[in-house]
Amino acid sequence: MDQVAVEKRLVEARRKAETLEQWQQAVTYCLGRVVLHAVVILLSLVFALPLLWMISTSLKTDPQVYHVPPIWIPNPVRFRNYVEVLVERPFGRYFLNTMQYAMPTVVGVLLSSALVAYSFSRIRWWGRDALFFICISTMMVPFQVVMIPLYITFKNFGWLNSYKPLVIPAFFGNTYFIFLLRQFFLTIPQELSDAARVDGCSEIGIFYRIITPLSKPALAVVALFQFMWAWNDYLGPLIYLNREELFPLALGLQQLRASFQEKLVWPYMMAASASVIFPVILIFFLTQRTFVEGITVTGIKG
Amino acid sequence: MSLSLKRLKRQEVRNFVNGIFFASPWLIGFLLWTIYPILASFYYSFTRYDVVRAPQLIGLTNYADMLLRDATFRIVLGNTVYFVLLGVPAGLVVAFLLATLLNSEIKFRPVFRTIFFLPSIVPAVASAEVWRWVYNPRYGLINSTLKQMGMAVIPWLSSPVLAKPSLIIIQCWAQGTAMVIFLAALQDVPRSLYDAARVDGASALQRFWHVTIPMCTPAILFVMLTGLIGTFQYFTLGWLLTQGGPKQATEFYSIYLYRNAFRFFKMGYASALAWLLFLLIVTFTIIIFRSSARWVYYAAQAE
Repeated sequence: MDQVAVEKRLVEARRKAETLEQWQQAVTYCLGRVVLHAVVILLSLVFALPLLWMISTSLKTDPQVYHVPPIWIPNPVRFRNYVEVLVERPFGRYFLNTMQYAMPTVVGVLLSSALVAYSFSRIRWWGRDALFFICISTMMVPFQVVMIPLYITFKNFGWLNSYKPLVIPAFFGNTYFIFLLRQFFLTIPQELSDAARVDGCSEIGIFYRIITPLSKPALAVVALFQFMWAWNDYLGPLIYLNREELFPLALGLQQLRASFQEKLVWPYMMAASASVIFPVILIFFLTQRTFVEGITVTGIKG
Repeated sequence: MSLSLKRLKRQEVRNFVNGIFFASPWLIGFLLWTIYPILASFYYSFTRYDVVRAPQLIGLTNYADMLLRDATFRIVLGNTVYFVLLGVPAGLVVAFLLATLLNSEIKFRPVFRTIFFLPSIVPAVASAEVWRWVYNPRYGLINSTLKQMGMAVIPWLSSPVLAKPSLIIIQCWAQGTAMVIFLAALQDVPRSLYDAARVDGASALQRFWHVTIPMCTPAILFVMLTGLIGTFQYFTLGWLLTQGGPKQATEFYSIYLYRNAFRFFKMGYASALAWLLFLLIVTFTIIIFRSSARWVYYAAQAE
């Protein structure tokens, strides 16, 4: 009987130990989760701070900017800064200019890169893979190597101070997007193309009627990325554009800073910067999934 | 020739014609905007050319000047290599850590992902203005807070020692694209591997080091290579925030090149600089690629 009692005690003790261990595991898990969330929240605050600081400054009056300790939420909130700065310098013009060359580049890049990617993925022809390899390796060539001859060429063409140097090359394919679209086109079953060929469809017909409709997500990614890239481009416009009427937002923002003769008015500067950033963020929110998909497709297949 | 062989040959020719036709935008563009400029800049690098007058061949003078007589070049090269050796790994680590955090079970993941990703799509010009203000020695975000706490201010962009690290910080802030790539790679790691490791008694840290990182090495290689190629060409923020100062601490290769080409109008010299940059990039790329065989694990190959 003693043995039974001892055994019972043993079983109870084991059960208690298990529960205790479970408790410990639960507590560790909870603590871990709390720490994790704390770290993430802290980090995201750190990452968001510069932009929040920008917005906060953009809504202050000039003297408030120099207040110590720093004010985070100004009272009153001066939305008028945005109106004033966007009127003081021709930001409307800058915006239109940016659209004026960004949109054509999107069209050009979409059209040309899709066609070329089609060739590299949907047609089997002699020399295709070697040429594709050459295409990819041009990604290693720094822009600086081609920058000077291109500038001189465009100068000789008389294309300086116009959007031609920025727009026309876009119609000749973009290596990055050719690569992206090629990878995507490769995932479309060959049988679709073969069946269409058997039915007598021309290659161009297959491209237009079969591949393009199936590739809408990838094409959307290309359009989005190219637009963002054109919106953010600084070096290109810097080299080719000299007249202020042609300046896109990137150069216009810099002009604003140069135009402050005596003292830099930070609230205006921040309001202008925020205005340049805001459309980009808006587009991102509207197209979030497309964006993330696009980066992962190139990153992983690369 | 038999009939079917003839048909095959005709099909091949047709495919070739079609292939070339579809690829023609790139082919023509390649000749116009890539091959021609590459050859032209190679030629220019052996000339003295100020755009106004015709280029004059001067042999290897540009290269000799660059490597032997130009003191600024050495500073520029040092700055750029410093920036690459410090900035690329730093950005990589930050991106990977952020991706790891996002990959764990946290609530509101899309919100955090957005916050971490946003800086990378901010236009460089706007980013420059924002950080110029953040780094302001007296009233900027960081220094005004430090002053408030009674501590000494930090001369971020005005100190020759701190200028490059300050730029690297901005670089790490904008690692959103790399982070997203790593996030996708992390999500591709088979759960079974983690389970097996757990069964073997591996701690969380051990699982991270022995399972997570090795399985992500292809993505790490990709980010490293693209980061390297991009960082060697670093221009916009260095130009806008510090113009190469203070005391040439942030005079990077690309900025020095731009100056020589469009301020001093020494197109020949700038072309020589460009070619050396090309050489540098190719060399580093080959080194990393060669070494990659030793540390990159391609899951597909193993099967």
